[in-house]
Amino acid sequence: MINLEIPKKHAGLVDQAHQLAMNMLRPISRTYDRAEHAYPKELDMLAALIDGVSETGATGGAGAGGVRRDTAPIDGDRVRNGAHLASVLSVAEMCWGDTALLLSMPRQGLGNSAIASVANEEQLERYRGTWAAMAITEPGTGSDSANITTTAVRDGDDYVINGEKIYVTSGDRADSVVVWATLDRELGRAAIKPFLVRKDNPGLRVERLEHKLGIRASDTAAITLTDCRVPAEDLLGSPEIDPSSGFAGAMATFDNTRPLVAAMAVGCARASLDLTRDLLEQAGVVIDYDRPGQAQSAAAATYLRLEADWEGARLLMMQAAWMADNRRPNSLEASMAKAKAGRVGSDVTLSCVQLCGTLGYSEAELLEKWARDSKILDIFEGTQQIQQLIVARRVLGLTSAELK
Amino acid sequence: MSFLSSLRPGGRHGLSTRETRDAIGLAVAAVSRVAQSDLIDRVGLRRQAEQAVYSATRNGFRVVTAAGRTFARTGARRPGARPARAASRGVFDLTPTEDERMLLEVVRELADEVLRPAASAADEACAAPQEVLAAAQELGLPGLGVPEELGGIMEERSAMAGTLVAEALAHGDMGLAVAAMAPGAVATAIGLWGTEAQQQTYLPAFTGSDVPAAALAIAEPSVLFDPFEPATTALRDGDGFVLDGVKSAVVRGAEAELFVVAARLDGAPALFLVESGTPGLEVEGDPSMGLRAAGLSRLHLTGVRLEPDALLGDAEGTAYAQCVRLSRLAWCALAVGTGQAVLDHVKDYVNERQAFGEPISHRQSVAFMVADIAIELQAMRLVTWKAASRAARGEDFAREVALARQLCADKGMRIGLDGVQLLGGHGFVKEHPVERWYRDLRAVGLMEGAVLV
Repeated sequence: MINLEIPKKHAGLVDQAHQLAMNMLRPISRTYDRAEHAYPKELDMLAALIDGVSETGATGGAGAGGVRRDTAPIDGDRVRNGAHLASVLSVAEMCWGDTALLLSMPRQGLGNSAIASVANEEQLERYRGTWAAMAITEPGTGSDSANITTTAVRDGDDYVINGEKIYVTSGDRADSVVVWATLDRELGRAAIKPFLVRKDNPGLRVERLEHKLGIRASDTAAITLTDCRVPAEDLLGSPEIDPSSGFAGAMATFDNTRPLVAAMAVGCARASLDLTRDLLEQAGVVIDYDRPGQAQSAAAATYLRLEADWEGARLLMMQAAWMADNRRPNSLEASMAKAKAGRVGSDVTLSCVQLCGTLGYSEAELLEKWARDSKILDIFEGTQQIQQLIVARRVLGLTSAELK
Repeated sequence: MSFLSSLRPGGRHGLSTRETRDAIGLAVAAVSRVAQSDLIDRVGLRRQAEQAVYSATRNGFRVVTAAGRTFARTGARRPGARPARAASRGVFDLTPTEDERMLLEVVRELADEVLRPAASAADEACAAPQEVLAAAQELGLPGLGVPEELGGIMEERSAMAGTLVAEALAHGDMGLAVAAMAPGAVATAIGLWGTEAQQQTYLPAFTGSDVPAAALAIAEPSVLFDPFEPATTALRDGDGFVLDGVKSAVVRGAEAELFVVAARLDGAPALFLVESGTPGLEVEGDPSMGLRAAGLSRLHLTGVRLEPDALLGDAEGTAYAQCVRLSRLAWCALAVGTGQAVLDHVKDYVNERQAFGEPISHRQSVAFMVADIAIELQAMRLVTWKAASRAARGEDFAREVALARQLCADKGMRIGLDGVQLLGGHGFVKEHPVERWYRDLRAVGLMEGAVLV
C-alpha cells in the first residue's frame, strides 16, 4: 500500500537525531565554521553517545558510514523499512544540525561506507571500530575516476602504493583511509581497487589541509602515498581483475553513499527553510497552502516553490534508500536523488539568504553558512553533471562509449 | 465619437489599456474596420454569417444548457454514506495494492488502445468521441469515488486509486482523461459530502449504464483567480438560493446534465448542485490553448434559483477546501501521466534521430534534458502520491497537495516545453503529439475544479 511517510518504526530515531542535532551540533556550529581545522572535541562525546545507542540497535547509523547491503534472501514479499531508510533519515536530521560536523563524526567516514559496501566478512570484522576516510580524487582526476594514476603493485605478501590523493574528507582525523589505486593502468576501471591504509603507515603522509568555501568544520586533506606498503589482506573485496564487473566496487559504494549525500543536502536545506519561514512569519508573511502562490506575497510564492522542490528531493532520497532496503538495484534512483537534492540544496539555501536580505547574509544568522555548506553536496560523490550522465545513460539505454 | 471610441485600443485584441494610436494607426484601424464590416458581405463578397449556434470550437455564442433527465427526489436530508478510510501499517512503501494494480492494468490498456489513438482528432474537434466516454464508463470509472454501498467499485476511500487512474489515463491523453473523469468528479463530490437525499437522488445515475455528463465548476475567467474567493454569489432567498456569476473550465458544458458550482455564500465559498435546464443557465463554448478534447466551456448563471437541498456539504467552507485540494490532486496526477508520455516519446525520438553522424541522444545537451525530465517527473510522482495516500487515509494533506501542485505546475510545464524543444521543428508541427502535451501541461498550474479524485 502506497505510503510515503516516515516509517512508524523509525520515528523515534528521527526524533532522537533531531534532538542531538539541535542540542549538540547547533550550539557549536558557528564556532567550528570560524575555527577551521580545529578539532571539534565535543564530537567524541557525541560519537560515544551514538555508539551507546547503536548497541541497542536503535539507530541505523547516524553518520556518513552507511550500511552494508544484505544479500541474504528476503522472506516473502513483505516490504521492508530497514537500515538504509533509517540512515538517510537520521543523516538528514543531523545535517539539519550541521553538515560539516556530521561529516566529522568519528568512525562514520565515507570510507566506512566503502568498507560496508565492498569488504568481505572477515575484513568487516577486522575493521570494526576504525574511522575510515575516502580517497579517490587526484590532482588530475576528478569525475573521471576511472583514470586514477595511483598505482598498487604486488610485492610478496604486500601491495606497494604510490600516488597523490586530494579532497580526502576527514583525511587528517580518521585513523585509516580507503585509497583507490590501480593494479594495472592498461586494464582500465576493472583494475581499480580499494585498499585500507592505516594512518600510522610510514608511507602515508598528510601534506596539507584545504581552506574551503563551506563545511569548514570538516577537515579536507591532501595526502601522498610513497612506497606505501599494505598487507595484501587489506585490499577490500576481491583482488581479481574482472573486466565484466568493471568499476563495480566503486559503483556499489556510490549506490550507498549517493542517497546519503542527498540526505545531507535535504537536511541542510531544511535548516534554511525552517528558519526562513520563522523569520518571514515574524515579518508578517504567513504561508498559505490553499491560496494560489500568485495571490500571496512574492516571498510566500518563492517559499512555496522552494519547499515543493525540497519535498521532491526528500522523497527521491527516501525512494533510493527504500529500494536498497528491499534489495532492489537502485543506481538510477540513487543518482536521481543526488542530482535533485544537490541542486535543490543550493537553490533553497541561496534563495533563503535572498529572502532574508542582509540578515540572511550576515554571520549573525546561520543562513549564509548553510548557503556555503550546501555547495559541496552538489559536487562530491559525483557532481550534478555526473549524476545527469548516469541518469541519462540509464534512461536512454546508452553505454559510456555512446554517451560520453 | 462612437467610431473613435470603438477604436480605443485598450482591452481588446490582446492590447493593453496602455496602448495609444497615432494618426497612422487610426487610419490603418479604420481600413481594418471596413474590411471586417458587413458592407462587403452585402455585396456578396463573403460567405453568409455563421449561425449563432453553440460550438465547442468557437466562443461568443451562448445557448441554454442541455435539457437533462429528471433526477427523482428521494431520501432524507441527513448525512449520507461515506467511504471508509484506508488503513496503513506505517511502512514506507511505493507498491500499489493488489486491487489498485488490477484496476491500473485495465486503465492502462484503455489509455493506450482507446485514448491515445483518438487524441489528435478529439483535440481538433474540441470534443470527446462517444466511444471513448463509453469505454471509460464501462470500466466503472465514474463510480470510482462512490461508496460501495451506493453502487461504487472501491471498498475504501479512493483518492489513491483515483490518482493512479488519472495518471494512467493522462498517459493516453490529458484532454480525453479530463472528459472521461468529469462525471466522476461530480459523483465523488456527492459521495464525500452529499446528504442521504442527494446521494440517493443523483448517484444511481452515475453508477448505472447511462452516466450523465456532469461538471465540477470552480474556476472563473478572472486574473489572479483565487478559488477561496469566487466572484459568483449565492444569496439566500427564502429557504433556497439565487446564484449569479460566470464559471470557466466547465467540462462538456453543453451536454452536462448536472453541475456542481462554487459560489460565495454568507462570505464563505460553498458548493451547489445545479441541474441543467434550470432557468438562468447559459453555456458558451470556451475553447482554450489545450485540453480541447474536454470541450471546455463557460457557464453563465443569471438569477438561478435553487432549492434548499442544492447546497452540497457545509456552508463553513470545510467541504469546499477539501474539494479544491482533491481537485488539485487530480490535476497533479494528470500532469504526471502526460509527463510520462513526453518522456517515453522523446526517449525513442532522440535515440533514433540522427545528426552529425550519430543519434542526437549521444550529445550531453540533449541527453541531460532527458535526464532532467526523468528526475523531475519522478519527483512530481512521489510528491503527488504522498498527498494522495494521506488523503486516502483521511489525514490532513493541505501542505502536501500544495507542494505537489507547485511542483507539477512548474516542472510539468518545463517537461512540455523541453518535449517540443527536443524534437525541434518536428515538435512544433502536429505530426508528433508533443505540441499537444505542451498545451495540455500548461493547464496544470491554473486549473481549479473539473476533475477530482
